[in-house]
Order: sequence, then structure tokens, then C-alpha cells
Amino acid sequence: MSDTATAPATGEPIIRIENVSKIFGGTVKAVDEVNLEVQRGEFFALLGPSGCGKTTLLRMLAGFEVPTHGQVIIDGHDMSTVAPNKRPINMVFQSYAVFPHMSVEQNVAYGLKMDRCPAKEIRERVAEALDLVKLGSLGKRMPDEMSGGQRQRVALARALVKRPSVLLLDEPLSALDAKLREAMQLELVRLQKTVGITFVIVTHDQSEALSMADRIAVMNAGTVQQVAAPTTLYEAPANRFVADFIGKINMIEGDAMKAGEGEVTVTAPGIGEVTLAGSETGKVALAVRPEKIFVADNEPADPNVIKVKGKVGEVAYFGSYSNVFFDIGLAQPLQADISNVTTDVEEITFTAGEEYWVYWRKADTLVLSG
Amino acid sequence: MSIFKRNPDPIGPLDYSRRFSLRFTVGLTLFFLYAPIVGLIVFSFNDSRRNVVWRGFTTDYYVKLFNNDALMLAFGNSLTIALFTTLFSTVLGALTAYVLWRYRFPGKAIYEGGMAMPIVIPEICMGVAMMVFFARIGWPSGMIWPFNLSAITIAHIAFSFPFAAIVIRARLESFNPELAECARDLGASEFQVFRDVVIPHMKPGLIAGALLAFTLSLDDFVITFFTSGPDTVTFPVKIYSMVRFSVTPEVNAASTVLILLTLVVTAFALRMQNRNNMLGSSGH
Repeated sequence: MSDTATAPATGEPIIRIENVSKIFGGTVKAVDEVNLEVQRGEFFALLGPSGCGKTTLLRMLAGFEVPTHGQVIIDGHDMSTVAPNKRPINMVFQSYAVFPHMSVEQNVAYGLKMDRCPAKEIRERVAEALDLVKLGSLGKRMPDEMSGGQRQRVALARALVKRPSVLLLDEPLSALDAKLREAMQLELVRLQKTVGITFVIVTHDQSEALSMADRIAVMNAGTVQQVAAPTTLYEAPANRFVADFIGKINMIEGDAMKAGEGEVTVTAPGIGEVTLAGSETGKVALAVRPEKIFVADNEPADPNVIKVKGKVGEVAYFGSYSNVFFDIGLAQPLQADISNVTTDVEEITFTAGEEYWVYWRKADTLVLSG
Repeated sequence: MSIFKRNPDPIGPLDYSRRFSLRFTVGLTLFFLYAPIVGLIVFSFNDSRRNVVWRGFTTDYYVKLFNNDALMLAFGNSLTIALFTTLFSTVLGALTAYVLWRYRFPGKAIYEGGMAMPIVIPEICMGVAMMVFFARIGWPSGMIWPFNLSAITIAHIAFSFPFAAIVIRARLESFNPELAECARDLGASEFQVFRDVVIPHMKPGLIAGALLAFTLSLDDFVITFFTSGPDTVTFPVKIYSMVRFSVTPEVNAASTVLILLTLVVTAFALRMQNRNNMLGSSGH
């Protein structure tokens, strides 16, 4: 695996997806004019709800689907119509697809056998790959004697042993229980840093993508909504879909007008007129994350906040924080995640019907269209 | 009798095995299923030519049976036909099942229905059709053994392979397509995927299909009767001709041998399958 890790890092992206569309049966547009670049050595995630086209895109990378239009360029070569067994790419399948009639070693060796590697090299590389995924001592086991987590490691070793340019992972953690999933997230990141191979993971689980990936492409209805680092996606989502899909968010509908260079004035019911950084005009949503909202008994004096009076509605207590819904006279209540920073039970208890000033910084307010 | 005794434990709503009605039905079914067979086997040891009343134990008829050259020849014919039928039916069945499972093509439904025809066509019609067909095309008869059995073998393959195909197809339904894609992804060609991943999965289906073809061929009477000639008599046809004269214990003995053979083959196939499962599950 070391030779891939030390591969020269050129500026050329390892994967270029150019205007790729996939139309099934002449009518169903699964992937619609997608352009994407994945950099060498990156941990890249395709994130989106089910049916958004992320799996189809992954299958086009692996070679199981051929794009209807556009090109898939891998490592500088157009691979759009190349068969899966001829691509420098390997995949970890959702079901792990560990061959049930082969031992762990035989599973891992299979790809090398297909490449007609000499037996000695196969033995060495299989042992190395099994060590890498911490299955060094279980080579003789049969798959049905192993746990789900171990089977996944077999699938990982089997794909990595071929030293692919890119490793594709299709919902790799969805079949694991919560605890194992968290452990495996860390493990995958460690593995990716160790081998230096580009990972492209498909997931519908935002926390998985946020915690593991260097960059994430959020997809919806066959199109890419935004490609960005996890922090950018969360703090500066490009549109309503991304803001809503990633994490929790409050949205207040309003109208925006251009106010100056990079500034818009938004008029929204219950809030009035505020001038904020942004460029979207027309129908917009003022959006703010629940954890960025503060609560006070008295009206805050700070001019750089947006403030409304709210009446406590439903309260959900989560230990470290409380999720409190405030009725601010609009159709949608405003939800706030309030950190329980004291041990004073009185102080952290919210009772339905109580009135508070609810406010947040203008700088934390997003103006979203779409 | 314990089944009539009142059990102090009340019978729960799902305790079907403790209900008299169910036990009675099962008992009756088993009786009608096995009593004739047991009777047949017992009377194969009967020391009586007419074989109506029990006259004492003897194995004479087995000796006679094995000295009956005509019957032994028929037996050899049956085994030969069954072996060839098994081989061809399993291969054809596997290929048919794979095509139907793997590909979508125009006219697939018609193909599938057409393939299963021999299962639903009355055997007598199939027999007559085969006889007319072979006569019409002038299929050579009187060739040397085993080629003289070719007409019967072809007829047997024709009605056996759909059964094999259906059994193997059912097995393929449980195949995870990701296994095939994964093998492909690891560098295997379409053929290597079939050889390394699909066939190992099909194995229990192949064994079951082969077994089915073997037993279907071995005990087929109707179709064989129409396609066999004087020099190509099979075991069931021979027994039939013997019965026409009288039901001697020799017929019983011959039937017992046939039953034993079927049991042995079935047991062997089950063992094979179990061993495969064991291999799959514990690595021994």
C-alpha cells in the first residue's frame, strides 16, 4: 500500500465528473448534469436523501452504470464506458459482499488472483492488508463465523489489497449498530490517512459525512447542491435544501431587497426590517441554527442582534442541552438549543407559557433562497 | 394410548402437535403413505409364488432377480439413461436458470412459459409426441449400446431439465447480486464471476436439480414406454411387463431394489449438501 501513499501529489484531480447525466428507461433522470472533482488523497463524501442519485453516481464511478451523457475521467483517462474489472477503482459494497464460500484469506486474495499475481506476492500482500484492518489472526475464518464489523473489515482489506487509485464505499456503516458505527468512522479516517488512497463514500447520514469527510457534495434530485468542507456546509449552506438537510435550522420567510454592496434588507413578519450580509433578493428565508439562539429575561440592548418575544412551547431535555420551541407568533415556532451550563435545576428548567426575549446575532443569520 | 389420555397441562392455542385431530390426520397420512411400501418390501421376502398370503421368509427371489438377465439388462439401461439424463438436465437447467435470472430480453415470459411446458403437458401426450417425432424423423434404431438408448435419453432430458431449471432458479433468487458485482470490481470477467461466485452459490440447487432429474428419469414409465423398442427395455417397463403375467415376489424384490437405490442416492445427495453447508459454516 505504501507505493500509493507516496504517489506524487499532482494538481490534477483524481476524478473528474464532467456534465454527467444518467437517464433510466428514457425518462427517469437519476443524475442530472453533474460536475464534480475529487482531489488526490481526499476523503470525499456524497451525501443526500435516498433517491438523490448519489448511489447511481458511485456506480458510474465503479463502472456498473454507463453515463447517458458526459464523461467520467479517472486519473486522467476517460473511463465512462470501461468495464468495472478494468478500472483502477475498488468498492466496498453496502452488504459487504464477502464471498461466503471462501475463507477470509481467500476473499482478500481473490482480486490479486484475478490480476495473476505470483502466489508469494499474494500471500504477503494479503497478510499486510489483513494486518492493516486488524484481522491479522483471522485469515482462516469463514465469513459466517464473523461479526458484521469483522466482515466489513474483510471487505475493506479485499478492496485495499489491490492498491486502487480510488476506494468507493457505498453506505459502509449503515448495517452496523450505533456504537460500532462510531468506532468504525474513526477507523475509516485512520485507514484513509494511513494508506493515502482517495476515498469516496456514499451516505445518507449527515453526521457520518460531517465527521469523516474532507469535503462533501450534497445531492438532491440528481443534482449537486453544494460541494464544500463540512464546516462550510453547516455554517454557510448555499441554499435552503442544504441548510435544511444538514442539521436543524429555523427558517423565517421574508422578502429581500438589495441594500448596498453585499448587503440586503430583509422584511419578515415578526422581525421587521433587518439589513444583513447577502446577495439573494426576492423571496428568501432568514435562517438561524438552534444553538446560535440566546434567551434572556430582559430585552437585549445589543444593536447587532435580531430579537423577538417568544412564549415557551414544547421542551425536550437532552442532558447537556435543552431543545426549546418558542412561539413567536408565526406559523413555525422557533427552536433553540440551550446549553445547560449550570447545575441549577431552577435555572435550566423551561416551563410552557413563560415569556422570554429570544435573540441571535445578525452575523449568525443566513439569507437563503431556492 | 397417550394421545387419548387427558393431559393435565391445558393445550395452548398454538400447541398444534398436542391436538388429537392433528395427530390423527398425520397418523392417517403416514399410514397410507408408508403401509403399501412396507407391505411391498415385506412381501418381497415371501416364500410363495402367488404372493397373496405369507408363507415364510426367503431371499430366493432376490437371487432369482439378480440371475434374471433380461431384468438386469433393463436395470443397466435405466441407470445409463438416468446418468446421461442427470448430466444433461443439470447443465441445461443451470444455464436456463441463469439466463432467466440474469438477463432481461424480449419474449422472456414466453420463453419461460415454453420452457416449463413439459411440466404441465400430460405425460401421455408427451410420450405419443415423442414416439411420432422419432418415427417421423427416422431416428436410427438398433444401434449398438449405449447409442440405442439415445431416443429415450433425449425424451428424458426434454421432460427433466425444466424441473432442474426451476429448482436452480429458485436457489438463484437468494443470490446477492452485489457478490457478482464485487467479483467484477475485483477484476473478474463475466465468466470468472459465474465460475467463482455464482456456481458455488448454485451448488445446493445443482445437487437438488440433479437428484430430481435422476429420480424422474429412473422411474419414468409413460414416456419411456412410447420411446422404447424391444431391445431398449428399461426397469419400470420391464416390471410392468412382468406384472402383466403375475405379481410374483420377484416383482416386489425388484421394486425394493429400486426404492433402496433411490434412497441411497437421496441420502448421498443430502450428505453432500450437508457437508457443503458444514464447510461453509465452520471451515472443517
